Formats: sequence, C-alpha cells, structure tokens
Amino acid sequence: MLTSPKLDYALLAPILIILATAILGVLVEAFIKQALRARLQLTISLAGIVIAFEQLYRVRNQGSSMAAITSVSIDGAGIFLQGTILVLAFVGILLIADQDHFAPQASALPGSIEEAAALESGRAQTEVFPLTLFAVSGMMLFPVATDFITLFVALEVLSLPLYLMAGLSRRRRLLSQEAALKYFLLGAYSSAFFLFGAALLYGYSGSLSLNGLTDAIHGGGGNDVFLLLGIAFVSVGLLFKVGAVPFHSWTPDVYQGAPTPITGFMAAATKAAAFGATMRIFYVGLDAAQWSWKPIISVIAVVTMLFGAIAAISQRDIKRILAFSSIAHAGFLLTAVVSLNQSGLAALLFYSVAYGLATLGAFGVVTLIRDSAGEVSDINRWLGLGKKSPLIAATMSLFLLSFAGIPLTSGFVGKFAIFSAAYESGNIYLVVVGVLASAIAVFFYLRIILMLFFADASNDSVSVVIPPLLTRVAIFLSAIVTILLGLAPSILFDVAQNFAYFIR
Amino acid sequence: MNPYVPILVIGAIGFGFGAFSLIAAALTGPKRYNRAKAEAYECGIQPSPQAAGGGRFPVKYFLTAMLFIVFDIEIVFLYPWAVTFDKLGLFGLVEMFIFISTVFVAYAYVWRRGGLEWD
Repeated sequence: MLTSPKLDYALLAPILIILATAILGVLVEAFIKQALRARLQLTISLAGIVIAFEQLYRVRNQGSSMAAITSVSIDGAGIFLQGTILVLAFVGILLIADQDHFAPQASALPGSIEEAAALESGRAQTEVFPLTLFAVSGMMLFPVATDFITLFVALEVLSLPLYLMAGLSRRRRLLSQEAALKYFLLGAYSSAFFLFGAALLYGYSGSLSLNGLTDAIHGGGGNDVFLLLGIAFVSVGLLFKVGAVPFHSWTPDVYQGAPTPITGFMAAATKAAAFGATMRIFYVGLDAAQWSWKPIISVIAVVTMLFGAIAAISQRDIKRILAFSSIAHAGFLLTAVVSLNQSGLAALLFYSVAYGLATLGAFGVVTLIRDSAGEVSDINRWLGLGKKSPLIAATMSLFLLSFAGIPLTSGFVGKFAIFSAAYESGNIYLVVVGVLASAIAVFFYLRIILMLFFADASNDSVSVVIPPLLTRVAIFLSAIVTILLGLAPSILFDVAQNFAYFIR
Repeated sequence: MNPYVPILVIGAIGFGFGAFSLIAAALTGPKRYNRAKAEAYECGIQPSPQAAGGGRFPVKYFLTAMLFIVFDIEIVFLYPWAVTFDKLGLFGLVEMFIFISTVFVAYAYVWRRGGLEWD
C-alpha cells in the first residue's frame, strides 16, 4: 500500500533553504537588469547560507535516521559536515564575488569578436552564484544520504555545477575549457562506476539502504562476488571524487584550469562532502565487511600520501602544487577512514574544517598575485614577493605551514588527530608512512616560503594587486581560523568529538 | 570456493572476449578498402569540406534539444504521479506543484535570456 512519505522538515530545512536560494538566483538571472545582478546575487547567496546555517544550528542537538523515510539520516557527523560545507561555501562565495575571474560570456569562442564585445559591455556570468548554491545543496545531501539512490543523486547534483564552473575562467580560456571537459568526462565515467557498484550491492543485499546492506552482510548467505565487486566499484566512484591515487589524474589539470576562486571552493568543500559520504558508507554500510576492503583502502592511502608529496616537488605552477598537495591530504583523510573508530571520525571532521579554510585562503592569495595578463601562477616569478608585499607573503606562508602540519597551525592539530586515531586502531604503518609523507611535503612548502622571502626580487612586472574588500575578508577569516585552531584547537576539537557519531 | 576466483574469471572472460573479437576479426574478415571506410562512422556529418563559420553547428539545435528534455522529464514524472494521485493525496499534489514550478523557473530563465528566439 502506497502512502505519502513523512518528512522531517526541520532537519531537512538547511538543504531546502540552499536549494530555494539557488532557484531564487535563477529567477534573478531571468528578471533583473544586468547591472544590478552581481550585487543582488551576492547578497541573496550569502543571506541564504547564513539562514541555512542558523537553522542547522537550531537543530544541532536533534537527529533522526528517518529524516526522509530511510533516505536521509541527520546525525552528529552529518550536521557537523553540513555546517563545515556552509562555512566553506560562505568564504568561497566571498572569493567568487570578484567577477574579474570569470568569463563575461562563457559561450563565446575564446578570442572571438563576441567575447571582446561582451568584455567591453561589462557583462558578467553571474550564474556562477546559483550554480555554486546548487553544488552546495548536493554537497550537504551527500554526507547525510543513507541509500544508494540518494547518494547518487547528491553526487550528481554536487558535480554537474562544478563541471560547468571549471570552464568559466576569464583568462586562459582554452585551458579552462579543457579542464571542464576533462572533469566532466572523467567525472561521468566515475559516476557510472559508482552506480554500477550500487547495483551490484543491491543484487547482493536486496536493499538500497546502508542499513539493509549491513544486515545482509551480517546475515550472510548472499553471493559474496556481488558484495566484493560492489565494494570495489563504489570505492572507485568515491576515490575519484576525493582525488586519491590512482584516480587522481584529473586533479592537477582541473585545479590549474578552473578559475582560482572555484578551485578553492571545489578543493575545500568537495573534499568535506565526499569524505563525509565515504566515511558513512564504509562505517555504516560496510563495517561488517571491513576485512574485504580495509587492506586495499590502506594501500591506496599509503600510495596517495606518498605520491601527492613526491609529485608536488617537481611542479612549477602554484595551482598544480596545491593540487598535488590536496592529493596528499586525501591520503591523510583516507587514513582516518581506515581507522574506523570514533576518534578517526572526529579527526576527519576537524581536518575538513582546518584543511578547507587553509585551502580557500591559499587560493585566495593566488588570485592576488598578477601581472598585466592576469594571475601569475608560475612559482619562479614569485621570487622575492615577500619584499614587495610582506603581509600577503606572510599570509601565504601561514597557509603553507598549515598544509605542512607545522605546530601552532590548524594543520598540525588535524594531522596529529588523524595519526593518533590511526595509532589507536593499530595501523602503525599508516602513521609511519603519514609522517614520512609529511616530511617530504614540508620540503616543497618550505621551498615556496624561501622563494618568497629569501630570494632577490625577479625584475619583472609581477605584483600583488590591492585585494577587493570581500577577498580580503575571506583571506583574513581563513588566516584567523588557521591560527586560532592551532593555538587553541580544543574550541573546535571538543565540538568535533561531540558530533562524531552516526545514527544507523 | 574462494569468492575472489569468480571475479578473476569474470575479468578473464572480459579480456578474452575483447582479445578474441579483435584477433578473429583480423584473421577472418575480408580486407577490401574503399573510400567509405575512411569516412565518419554511419551517420556522422562529413568533416570536410568545412561548413561556413568554422564548421560548427549553430547552438540553436542544442538549445531546442535541451528544452525538449526539460519538458520531457517533467512528463516522465507526471505519469507515475497521475497513477498514484489518490493515494498520495494532498502531499503529492503540493510536491507536484513545487516540482512543476521549479521546471517553470528553468523555462522562465530560457525565455528571458533569449533561448526561444530562433535568430
């Protein structure tokens, strides 16, 4: 007998508010004059995020595994991650607000007369704001979804706008379009893997929900081939999204080609969402089969950490360096996933905030260093920038030290939490490899800092532009949090520990 | 039996099928070359000589196709709703109203931004 479903609107409201704001943004695009759009879109987006966060704060101590029948489970980890994603989106939109990074008319051929005309008329592709919000709504749904259909829908809702936004860069249009196409093709390919894996797991357990999967594994009797293949295929889809080796090859190209504010938002918020979902699938759905997947995911974590750290050394482009650094960080977060304990989950929650804000801040700084042709991402031309503008160089150094995990920054606390969780769960070799990879990574982070401060200024036109107000606010916020969480980590770490639970 | 064995077997069958098809086709197929074989497969547009404007399709066709999909999907969702209309009651009605209005938001966007003008 079919009955109408019961939905817990208070718990779903944060996602619904973001979706409604995005739809409002589309209406603004349709009915408001060009000249007013950018400002209005910015205001609406920020207001929507604040309202959603407020609603999330209000329901923070509630939880239900039946928020939308059996499809969504709002619990501690879910609420924490949704809050993280909203904060990262807020800071990300402050960076996106600088329209100078986006093509005036993305559909015009690069270098064509139409493009020049669009640039001259002062047009702007303000669709980027609703697109960001659509991506945010998918990201918020991804870590709380508890059946494979909802997981897949959330994965697509978060991915599709990102594919588009990667191609919107104003300068180096061809590189940007190439990045968008690569991301789309590889992303679609990996989504197919995820879906096929979900189908196989359904074949195994006869249920789409993670709880049904756990019951089926406990009950035994199913065909293990379906289970093992399903785990493998679903893992491929997830590992692609988080950018783990050997599914990482899109990361450097997309990070380099996409407009820098989008890269920052994508790197920070997608990681939080995808790792939240990964943790839930492995923790809630596949915990009972952990001896089948733990060895291989551990190997992937080891390879990812080492590969990211080593490959970054030979890079000369700051956006590619940060991309390889994000691959290494994906390896650290996988270590937390493999720990499969409560402290691993708490570490992952803390790390997603610390890493996310430092990433947004670092990409924010990258947007400021320009010459007459736009951003300068070639690291060799950053020589001696510390003498020209010490404050910006010092801020960049702070973010890099946080990535490296130097004490008194948020990155140190995050890494420490992850390694102690891995130690607790008995994965000593992961701790050893993690520390080794961090030591390798310190080399290239420090090299950038040395280039900034201890080299003579290269005699060319590279300069630091005066940051627009909102970019300044975004970088400032990121820097403050990075220092604060390094000096007094308990502010957030206690919260993360309280919220580190899943409702089955 | 070790559950990993069937996985290896499936992999081997997949590989074997691909290898067999390629080798069998190369060994047994007749080899008669003509112009048609060098052209784009089946119904592809001839890549040369280039059409005016760099050989690109006008984007209008794409827009029309996308608009069709928007309404097609809407109809796809309306059918199952129509079948279970009485069982879902007010909830279904309200949900469907919200769904249709979001589709109309997309439509309004296309209309206002000139997506419906052919020239």
